[in-house]
Amino acid sequence: MELYQLSLHELQDILKKQDSSSEEIVLSILKRIKLVEDNVKAFVTLDEELAIEKARKCDQEKDYTGISGIPYALKDLICTRGMRTTCSSHMMENFVPTYDATVAAKLKEAKGILLGKLNMDEFAMGSSTENSAFYPTRNPWDLERVPGGSSGGSAAAVAADEAPFALGTDTGGSIRQPASYCGIVGLKPTYGRVSRSGVVAFASSLDQVGVLSKNVRDCAIILNIIAGHDPLDSTSVNVDFPDYTESLSTDIKGLKIAYPQEYFQQGVDEEIKEVVKKALLKYEEMGAVVEEVSLPHSEYALAAYFLVSTAEASANLARFDGVRYGIRDLEAENVVEMFSNTRAAGFGDEVKRRIMLGTYALSSGYYDAYYLKALKVRRLISNDFEKIFKDFDIIVSPTTPTTAFKLGEQNDNPLTLYMNDILTVPINLAGLPGMSVPCGFAAGLPVGMQIIARPFDEAAIIRAAYAYEQYTDHHTVKPLLGVKENG
Amino acid sequence: MAKGYETVIGLEVHVELKTESKIFCSCSTVFGAEPNTQVCPICSGFPGMLPVLNARVVELAIKAGLALNCEIADYCKFDRKNYFYPDLPKAYQISQYDLPICKRGCLEIDADGQKKTIGITRAHIEEDAGKLVHQGDITSSPFSLVDLNRSGVPLLEIVSEPDMRTAQEARTYVEKLRSILLFAGVSDCRMQEGSLRCDANVSVRPVGQKELGTRAEIKNLNSFRSLEKAIEYEAKRQIFDIEDGVEIIQETRTWDEEKQTTRSMRSKEEAHDYRYFPDPDLPPLKIGKDWIETLRGSLPELPDQAQERLIRDFNLPLYDAVIITSSPEYLAFFDECVKLYSDAKVVSNWMMGELNKVLNQNNMEISDCKIRPNALARMLELIDEGTISGKMAKTVFEEMFASGKEADLIIKEKGLVQISDEETLKKLINDIVVQNPKVVEDYKNGKKKAAGFFVGQVMKATKGQANPALLNSLLEERLQKEL
Repeated sequence: MELYQLSLHELQDILKKQDSSSEEIVLSILKRIKLVEDNVKAFVTLDEELAIEKARKCDQEKDYTGISGIPYALKDLICTRGMRTTCSSHMMENFVPTYDATVAAKLKEAKGILLGKLNMDEFAMGSSTENSAFYPTRNPWDLERVPGGSSGGSAAAVAADEAPFALGTDTGGSIRQPASYCGIVGLKPTYGRVSRSGVVAFASSLDQVGVLSKNVRDCAIILNIIAGHDPLDSTSVNVDFPDYTESLSTDIKGLKIAYPQEYFQQGVDEEIKEVVKKALLKYEEMGAVVEEVSLPHSEYALAAYFLVSTAEASANLARFDGVRYGIRDLEAENVVEMFSNTRAAGFGDEVKRRIMLGTYALSSGYYDAYYLKALKVRRLISNDFEKIFKDFDIIVSPTTPTTAFKLGEQNDNPLTLYMNDILTVPINLAGLPGMSVPCGFAAGLPVGMQIIARPFDEAAIIRAAYAYEQYTDHHTVKPLLGVKENG
Repeated sequence: MAKGYETVIGLEVHVELKTESKIFCSCSTVFGAEPNTQVCPICSGFPGMLPVLNARVVELAIKAGLALNCEIADYCKFDRKNYFYPDLPKAYQISQYDLPICKRGCLEIDADGQKKTIGITRAHIEEDAGKLVHQGDITSSPFSLVDLNRSGVPLLEIVSEPDMRTAQEARTYVEKLRSILLFAGVSDCRMQEGSLRCDANVSVRPVGQKELGTRAEIKNLNSFRSLEKAIEYEAKRQIFDIEDGVEIIQETRTWDEEKQTTRSMRSKEEAHDYRYFPDPDLPPLKIGKDWIETLRGSLPELPDQAQERLIRDFNLPLYDAVIITSSPEYLAFFDECVKLYSDAKVVSNWMMGELNKVLNQNNMEISDCKIRPNALARMLELIDEGTISGKMAKTVFEEMFASGKEADLIIKEKGLVQISDEETLKKLINDIVVQNPKVVEDYKNGKKKAAGFFVGQVMKATKGQANPALLNSLLEERLQKEL
């Protein structure tokens, strides 16, 4: 095994035993990146020198507690002081924040080593990372296919062994869907569990930062670091959280699992249904109780999601006006022209489409019919979940209706692309925690299983996911990546 | 006002809440700093930065609401008001749309000696925008610079009912509002620094008509004077238009200080669609009854209570009481002064007269004034004791104001002591009467005004230091002898 292939907790063990140095780990990873990055294109910014320098410092101090000395990368909308943060947008291609997002600061404080910033759909709008203003990222399992999105760079980097773990954000499935497409673990915590401060907002009431990792244990370790109340984010909740690594138990006897019938219809591929149903059988084998339930308002979730998310986005993205940061049109004759030229040049088509949708939904005369109605639907969807969680510990479903699709395949109709989110958006609308765990393959491509729990009960997800992971070996299968390894 | 028409006025007043730091970040709110020295990534709208509500803002808003007899909401929220402008960093202003923190209040004004109640529809919290700086005029300046020091300064917008009928009433309402907010300690209300700003909604209708006329909203009212002038002008404009058969349209107009007219900025059709929606970055605000009651208990004496006290305890006329209670500092000055000098009406006269005059001339607040209450009280004593005359006191007062010296010292330095010695004055009067037989003759022939000539001559000879009352009686005595 090469160092770059190891997962976070394996690297922790190696460092603790001092079998290898942090510098060796970082060099191994950088070598791996050099080898595969031309094909995968997961990174927007890579700072090799900084990473090596930090690794050497860790080695000098021989401080190998926590994630000290272990490299990682961040989705490029998580602000990093002194390191360009582009949101994969031309608008922000020159933006270097003077501040760290709280999650970035926490990982820095834990002495993890930041390798760089990861590609994404522009401003997190998309499900394929094809909406990056720079280049699309490719799926390590099949370079002709998308890694999913919007945290496609984060998922691809972890799947391609370019980073042991990464952070992403999830507004409607942007962590879980790419994790599913790339065969890794992806957790979207409960809304309010992790600070959003310093994370460029797409839809403020839905956005949540989460972890993409090679296994469930790693995910628990990172959640321990990034979770918690932040005085800089009023929506981060002041609720105690447990040590998530204590939930890494294989004993799930009596765990009550619901699977919603609606999540096994709606154009979900037959193969995917089968794979996930098999997973449910495994759960029964392990002693869990599995029952079918109904979430009757599911069919309205996607519409409500697109109204709420685009409405919020239309306001959140208004600040990119060329006045204080980002690009600016210098030819404009007056200020209104400067605004519109800057935004016309800075934003890509999908971003513009969503800003227009959101602006329309909030317009006077339409507010009640669209935005307000969407909020009511949101409430109903929450109620659906609440009802189920009276009797069940977790809900299990496929993460996505299909496996990774080909680049360019869904470009002509945005609406079909939006359908990718159909099984993940209800969880954001309800503010619940959700994880995608590898649970098998369909035609050689990874299939993800979504595990959903009560608000702030990430521990239940981690327990169920870990038990499944230990009971099966899907997570040990790695993409070949079509590159020859030297030595 | 043209006959047969009635003007209807409602006001929207923005006051800056008196906090150390801004509403959603910890930047200072101090006025007058170098541009962009009181900014941070939050108040300049940098990507990913989130607002965190300053609890002190809520506290001051509640206090203001209580002082204005408002209901305080137990549940309210913040909304985004969306529009593009270079001084608005997030391209939305965080405000309160449909659930304001305060509603249904009122205040009482003195309208031509009658008490009149003006309704307050609502008061809500919002953040201020920054400002643009131009070289000269906005239209000819080759550039616009943005100063974000003010961005995120907390404001309370107080919206009145359309209860005012004259420009004078509107002015009185703002004056009363200002004094209440000053007493409650929630704002400095300095119009010239922009910590109190005012928009007026003006419409006219035939007397007796129930329905309101179409209104115009007038902006850019930077002083009490421009508020009054603009309302008067706008009411006349609307009446002329109606008389000429021109339809009044709902629009926003601006007051042109130079031309003393209002002109159209934008019509209703051109008005922004602000696309208000609840700000997802800020949880709704729940306000407990206990907190409200604690704040109610912490409110100091307010202008109405103070006015009652002045009238009851000092027998002051309402007119005096209103002026004395225009600010807490003013009232404190009065209260201090009457502790040392018991004739409250005399104190009131001096404060409303000489003191106000010099403060206005120098554009100063009473807190900046070098004359302290004990000094004024001492000066008033010196008048009563006959050491100086009322007229001399005015000179002494001006010198006190300029230098901050005590009256006794000024009198000594300038040799201003009043001549109240009967023998000295009698001798002077006698000399002048003897030297001016012709005037005495006039006096005898019934020209009583001739007496004034003698007073003038004596004052001239004493450099104005003769005790006027004594002089008058001695002169009368002396002239009686001639008859």
